[in-house]
Amino acid sequence: MSGVVIVGACQAGLQAAVSLRELGYQEPIALVGDEPHLPYQRPPLSKGFITGQTTSEQLSLRVGSFFDDHDIDLVTGERVTGIDRSTQRAVTASGRELAFDHLVLAVGAAPRTLGVRGTDVAGVHDLRGLDDAEAIAAGLKEAHDVVVLGGGFIGLELAATAAGLGRSVTIVEATAGLMGRAVSPAIAATFLAQHRARGVDVRLGTSVVEVVHDGTRATGVRLSDGEVVAADLVIVGIGASPRTELATGLGLDVATGVLVDGFARTSDCRVLAAGDCAQHREINGTSLCVTSVQNAIDQAVVAARTIVGDLESPYAATPWFWSDQYDLKLQMAGLPQAYDHRVVRGDPASGAFSILYVRDDRLVWAESVSKPGDHVLSRRLITQGSAVDVALAGDPSVPLRDAVLATTTA
Amino acid sequence: MPKIVFVSSDGSEETVAVDAGTSIMSAAQQHGIEGIVADCGGSCSCATCHVYVEQELADRFDPVGQFEDELLDTTACERLCNSRLSCQLVMGDHVDGVRVEIPESQM
Ligand SMILES: Cc1cc2nc3c(=O)[nH]c(=O)nc-3n(C[C@H](O)[C@H](O)[C@H](O)COP(=O)(O)OP(=O)(O)OC[C@H]3O[C@@H](n4cnc5c(N)ncnc54)[C@H](O)[C@@H]3O)c2cc1C
Ligand code: FES
Repeated sequence: MSGVVIVGACQAGLQAAVSLRELGYQEPIALVGDEPHLPYQRPPLSKGFITGQTTSEQLSLRVGSFFDDHDIDLVTGERVTGIDRSTQRAVTASGRELAFDHLVLAVGAAPRTLGVRGTDVAGVHDLRGLDDAEAIAAGLKEAHDVVVLGGGFIGLELAATAAGLGRSVTIVEATAGLMGRAVSPAIAATFLAQHRARGVDVRLGTSVVEVVHDGTRATGVRLSDGEVVAADLVIVGIGASPRTELATGLGLDVATGVLVDGFARTSDCRVLAAGDCAQHREINGTSLCVTSVQNAIDQAVVAARTIVGDLESPYAATPWFWSDQYDLKLQMAGLPQAYDHRVVRGDPASGAFSILYVRDDRLVWAESVSKPGDHVLSRRLITQGSAVDVALAGDPSVPLRDAVLATTTA
Repeated sequence: MPKIVFVSSDGSEETVAVDAGTSIMSAAQQHGIEGIVADCGGSCSCATCHVYVEQELADRFDPVGQFEDELLDTTACERLCNSRLSCQLVMGDHVDGVRVEIPESQM
């Protein structure tokens, strides 16, 4: 037996390796990543890491000795450049060959690039990895005027961090609202107001046509309306695209991401995919890439189970996500979808509230702002398919668990 | 380096030495201690890093914050007076040797 080769050694790749060992898998496991670091978590990169609250050591998901102890061959700083399906071998840039029975693609997503002039000068950064975050943290020390391109989660978190450090911050977002389709309009409006209240200049429905520079460094950005906004640090946060090159090379079914079924199998059952590079063939009635820590972990666990031959339970996790901006904690459980009732729990003006969405008496989606307890309970109720009493759920003096209707088992 | 003694729900113990400034959750995760799930990686968002802290040293950690307090009301195992979320417990010499019990379940 040749064992498993996992391409990509971060959140999903590490989880696949760990889960395989936990499930008693005894064949070799090679975990190959092109970054020079131990597998690490990305969420703090746009949050506490920039301010120094979280150090790079604290980002690591495991200490180095863990891999020897669990007989996982961790190969860092090596890029897998080719995979031969017929001989079942992966080849790295340095010429190393790794044989496999199963291959796991956990290669993540690459930041989308801004297709305008001037992005190749100093002072323009995107944020995906630790090295990018270090460069942004260093740039922020000197910067006065920060422009964040893109009003998605990462951009907003960085904007909040920069504003918290006293920098003058402008956010430029091409669409009419923040955080796109990931949140409801009410939540987008809440966060827009919060950023503006803290002095951040948010330009909606505006795009950037050029990064203005002095030949070596960025000095500003030119907007679609012609205005030039001064900037000595430009951060590009316009989303990420699943890395699909290896899958395409293998001739696998690829849409936006690498298409996988409920068992994390691609169109070749010896090749699995998990995390940001994968696209669920079907989740909540649609085909979707879910890019979150939760999805990376849960899909990697499913991939590991599939490899050991356990096809009992397909991926059924309730999606959830969080974003910390200023002292506000935004959390989502379930995916945005159609609903019959929208219940606001708590007073939005207080800065701590939840919005619950109920369909056929069941909680299907929940958004919480600085209400982590509501979030955790919502997740549980969504997972259990609990029927809830809409009136009780809307009463913040009643614990959410008491809003569950007695007819359900929750 | 301050040490943490993890006591699992079956009573077995494992001691880990960490750099000051590391959270107990991080220490558990990095060393593969079972039973601390830590879904959110320590951002006080998930309540799956619940532990019971040795009473004697419990007061030496920073007090329970508002988000942590809310989350502790949702833990899978019962909240006791020494319940904490381990991602909020930062190690230092003042808590060297602290014993933390891991509950039976986090989900
Ligand atoms: C700044 C930032 C903040 C975030 N905040 C949150 C948050 O608050 N909450 C949340 O849920 N999610 C958050 N996310 C998303 C979350 O981090 C990702 O969903 C998660 O990391 C996906 O894991 P993954 O293993 O699929 O991909 P990745 O973590 O991207 O790992 C893929 C790895 O594969 C490597 N690789 C790619 N190609 C090759 C190759 N050919 N050979 C070898 N290695 C290769 C890559 O370099 C990378 O190291 C954030 C992401 C970023 C960037
Ligand atoms: S790790 Fe999520 S709350 Fe502690």
